[in-house]
Amino acid sequence: MSTAQTTEHSLEIDPTLILWDEIIPGGAYWSRVIQRGTTLRIVDLEGSRGLSMLCYNADNGVERYNAADTAKIQFNAFLKKGMVLYSDMGRVLFSLTEDTCGHHDTLAGCSNVATNAAKYGDDSRNSRDNFLLALTKRNMGKKDIMPNLNLFSQVAIEPDGSMTWVEGASQAGCFVDLRAEMNVLAILSNCPHVLDPVTAYDPKPIRVVVWKSPAPGADDLCRTASPEAIRGFQNTDALFI
Amino acid sequence: MVSTTQSELDPKLAVYDQVLAARKPWAQVVKKGQTLRIVDLGGNQAVDFLVYNADDPSERYSAPDTIRMQGNIFITTGTKLYSNDGNALMTVVKDTCGKHDTSGGACSCESNSVRFGLDKKWQHACVENFLYALKDYGMGKRDMTSNINFFMNVPVSKDGTLEIVDGISDPGSIVDLYAEMNALVVISNCPQMNNPCNAYNPTPIQLLIWDAL
Repeated sequence: MSTAQTTEHSLEIDPTLILWDEIIPGGAYWSRVIQRGTTLRIVDLEGSRGLSMLCYNADNGVERYNAADTAKIQFNAFLKKGMVLYSDMGRVLFSLTEDTCGHHDTLAGCSNVATNAAKYGDDSRNSRDNFLLALTKRNMGKKDIMPNLNLFSQVAIEPDGSMTWVEGASQAGCFVDLRAEMNVLAILSNCPHVLDPVTAYDPKPIRVVVWKSPAPGADDLCRTASPEAIRGFQNTDALFI
Repeated sequence: MVSTTQSELDPKLAVYDQVLAARKPWAQVVKKGQTLRIVDLGGNQAVDFLVYNADDPSERYSAPDTIRMQGNIFITTGTKLYSNDGNALMTVVKDTCGKHDTSGGACSCESNSVRFGLDKKWQHACVENFLYALKDYGMGKRDMTSNINFFMNVPVSKDGTLEIVDGISDPGSIVDLYAEMNALVVISNCPQMNNPCNAYNPTPIQLLIWDAL
């Protein structure tokens, strides 16, 4: 369970609804299939300076999280509560049903051997290698690494297109709730955001909780967010008829 | 706005010079040292573009690495198109348009159904073109990744708001790409009719290749 010195923002989960509860150490990767209708809560326990993520249709691994479609369909490159993660097949992988952070980046990609060597001066664990290891264990690999999502990370875009890191998005206790709208293979890499300027490598633990969230109501925030969302959910629900 | 940094290439000396019809796919290996030119003949025509290491296509264009390396989300003169392995595949050596997009992705039947209407899934789309071209090289869906959209205008605000809007590419706009390695280039001349990326009128483009100078 959560460590003594950390706090989590409110919205407690009824313990009887918890299916899985685990701490991911700094630098490590984690993967799990999140069943449709359950929610993956990811808690930034101590302010970890970013967490990289990839996800896939667990029943058809060639259908994967698509950063461009996610941004284009929702007219925004940064994710917020009420938005969704789209696959490349016009379907919803996850709904972002709760978000106490407010800043998640779809543009900047992830750390690799070269970026870590340049920033930290050593071979500290990086997200690209973490993704490869996680994917290999599912008989997937290099070709399955797509542009990733970065949780708890804020990037700003200037009018001339300059992309800059914004300090402060990652706050101890922040969490997101990702409700799986299909069976989703989620892969997390707990390494700092590639644009984080801090040169001391010290990623903090992240807590993941999979829980039986309530079925979405007729006025569900994510399912009714826009005409596009309504169609995206129609496409998704069609898989399970 | 931006100018060439090399002497003008003479089309009469091109070793390849073809017009690609509207809505069609194209793929070609551009050898190390060659230059590929894409001409937006009609103006405001989105040209969806992917590039791979021709000798190992598991190494492919990476939009996040490319924009991170230059600290800017727009493709223009001087941009190096970086691969997922951290190598430069091609360099943009000339750009008369000013900026190109690598955040908006390729249109697909599936995303069209979400964006524009469930009945739109039967319309032609760039992902179909990409798959059609890739299959001739024994490649498929796993080989597709976030692409470049030459001549497409996608401004992004500080808060992340983005939208495909009216293009800024005049008829005759040119982008020249120098191959830093043997590069398999795959192009879809975008057929999208539901937003302004092609000014609601997909038009032909011209593709030229010169040997190393």
